[in-house]
Amino acid sequence: MQNKNSYSQWPDDKGYFGKFGGRYVAETLMPLIIEVEKEYNEIKKDKTFKKDFEYYLEKYVGRPSPLFLAERITKDLKGPKIYFKRDELNHTGAHKINNCMGQILLAKKMGKKRIIAETGAGQHGVATATVCALFNLPCVIYMGEKDIERQSPNVFRMKLLGAEIKCVTSGSKSLKDAMNEALRDWVTNVKNTFYIIGTVAGPHPYPSMVRDFQSIIGKEVKTQIQEAENKLPDLLIACIGGGSNAIGLFHEFLDEPDVKMIAVEAAGLGLKSGKHAASLSGGKPGVLHGNKTYLLQSEKGQIEEAHSISAGLDYPGIGPEHSFLFEEKRVQYISATDDEALEAFQYCCRLEGIIPALEPAHALAILKKIAPSMRPEQVVVMNMCGRGDKDIFTVAKAININIS
Amino acid sequence: MNSRINKTFSNDSKKLVTFVTGGDPDLETSKKIINTIAESGADIIEIGMPFSDPMADGPTIQVSSTRAIKQGIDLDDIFSICKNFRSLNDQIPIILMGYYNVIFHYGISSFVDSCQKNGVDGLIIVDLQPEEDPELLNAIELTNLDLIRLITPTTNAERFSTILKHSSGFLYYVTITGITGQNSANIEELNQSINIIKQQTKLPVVSGFGIKNAEQVREVCKVSDGAVVGSSIVKIIEENLNDKNKILTLVANFIKQLKAGIEK
Ligand SMILES: Cc1ncc(COP(=O)(O)O)c(C=O)c1O
Repeated sequence: MQNKNSYSQWPDDKGYFGKFGGRYVAETLMPLIIEVEKEYNEIKKDKTFKKDFEYYLEKYVGRPSPLFLAERITKDLKGPKIYFKRDELNHTGAHKINNCMGQILLAKKMGKKRIIAETGAGQHGVATATVCALFNLPCVIYMGEKDIERQSPNVFRMKLLGAEIKCVTSGSKSLKDAMNEALRDWVTNVKNTFYIIGTVAGPHPYPSMVRDFQSIIGKEVKTQIQEAENKLPDLLIACIGGGSNAIGLFHEFLDEPDVKMIAVEAAGLGLKSGKHAASLSGGKPGVLHGNKTYLLQSEKGQIEEAHSISAGLDYPGIGPEHSFLFEEKRVQYISATDDEALEAFQYCCRLEGIIPALEPAHALAILKKIAPSMRPEQVVVMNMCGRGDKDIFTVAKAININIS
Repeated sequence: MNSRINKTFSNDSKKLVTFVTGGDPDLETSKKIINTIAESGADIIEIGMPFSDPMADGPTIQVSSTRAIKQGIDLDDIFSICKNFRSLNDQIPIILMGYYNVIFHYGISSFVDSCQKNGVDGLIIVDLQPEEDPELLNAIELTNLDLIRLITPTTNAERFSTILKHSSGFLYYVTITGITGQNSANIEELNQSINIIKQQTKLPVVSGFGIKNAEQVREVCKVSDGAVVGSSIVKIIEENLNDKNKILTLVANFIKQLKAGIEK
């Protein structure tokens, strides 16, 4: 039995976080996924793997990423001390590469000869293409037609890195459909192909494996905040698409009852508009992409299109561990609209000289609202999980500025 | 148990199994298509439950699913198709095929109830493997419903026993690693795989995925107990959306050809 008092022991051996998770895939994939789990459990204990992983994170990704006191924002909001965990300074510009580095080392260990991945914002696609170039493996990236249009800088980056981009025109033409196509590719090429999933979703062991690779974020924060403040943070805040940067920040602190956590979903045009990507606030439990979790879906169980100005949050599901933490009320899930994110995006540029990705701009939007109600001796850490270069065209269009 | 599926397999003849998405291109035409398929010689009828994200299906079945969803087809409509068919035909087994989310949403016990009330004989749920199906198995335990399981070219010896443990009705061998409507299997490899399965079970083994015409049906039936044809029938619907009578005529002719292929 699980020790009820510890969150770190999930998932159970069937891959469940409470009621959520599991392994819902075609039989064709089952033997391979079981093998991925077995191999992952082995390398987790393997010293060489750990050494390699740490080596590349330090020398190639540039970890540890700094913990930066955002002084002007702190001053402006007149609330707690606000720190940014600067994962946007990682090589390739987001947290996604932490996970890719872990998975590519696993894929190599398993002798896989071909890598596939899905991408929404293109950050996971770029990170995957990057590690594939580094380790000399062919790389195929599935990306929705809609995302190819709105994240064109990343599309070009992936091409430069040698990846083949497959444009997905089925369904809503965004992240969900890219994942469907990647799964179809995987079923077809199961023998030689490794699927690097980009967030804490998918069949077991992906949600916990990706979490483990991303939890470096929270581990570093724990050390860094002790040095800076000699205490644990009072609040952690992160944006949430599938949930990998959020769980990466949170996981190390889940068993610290005094650390509050907020994850920010994308409310798109507003929760009431029906055009949003807030799976927890607006969805129901269901089964998609290999796991049981909260999903945006119709009365009849058809998956609905998500909407967000941020391609990385534009997904109608969420990782199963978040569904669990939501029902356990360990993490508070709030949402921010497109407009609020856009406003926070510009605010961050002007006050801190950091152009954030639209994804973490959602977290900042909520932080702006709640900070004034917090006390000056309190400490908040926000995950600045990506930089915004990829988003400048989207933002320009949204605020009616012609830069082309 | 004296289920329709068991009766169907009680003689040695090879079985023609067909798949169409329920409610495609619309509810009434779909009912007619299914009746036509039965009258033209199919031995077992699979009806697809439309789902927005059919991960194991190729483009043909994906768009047929989308067409049905656009028509507002839901599980109750699928059951009305089954009921209509049962009122005309009490022999041919009906198998519902689809993805777990719509069933999960409907509620497992309500779903099993509706299956029984409307003459459904078996279920194939593409993304629900033995590790995740105990709840459904429990619900069908005292019914005549068979949960038909899939075996694939990647299924290894270890998994055979897991899969065979609660299997009933027949086994569905997915002849290729891939999605529906794409490549066709190599007959030599198929032969070997089916022989391995046959050594471990007495259940009939039916092959599906990538079987497109009478010639392939005949080849596949040399080594297995039946063949499933899906995308090629759905394609007829897709290509004749403007002429529903033509769909019925073409489907009838196609099924007769397939059947003749088996009986030759
Ligand atoms: C910068 C950035 N943040 C967040 C996300 C959302 O993913 P997750 O919730 O897994 O961190 C993405 C996804 O593309 C991203 O690029």
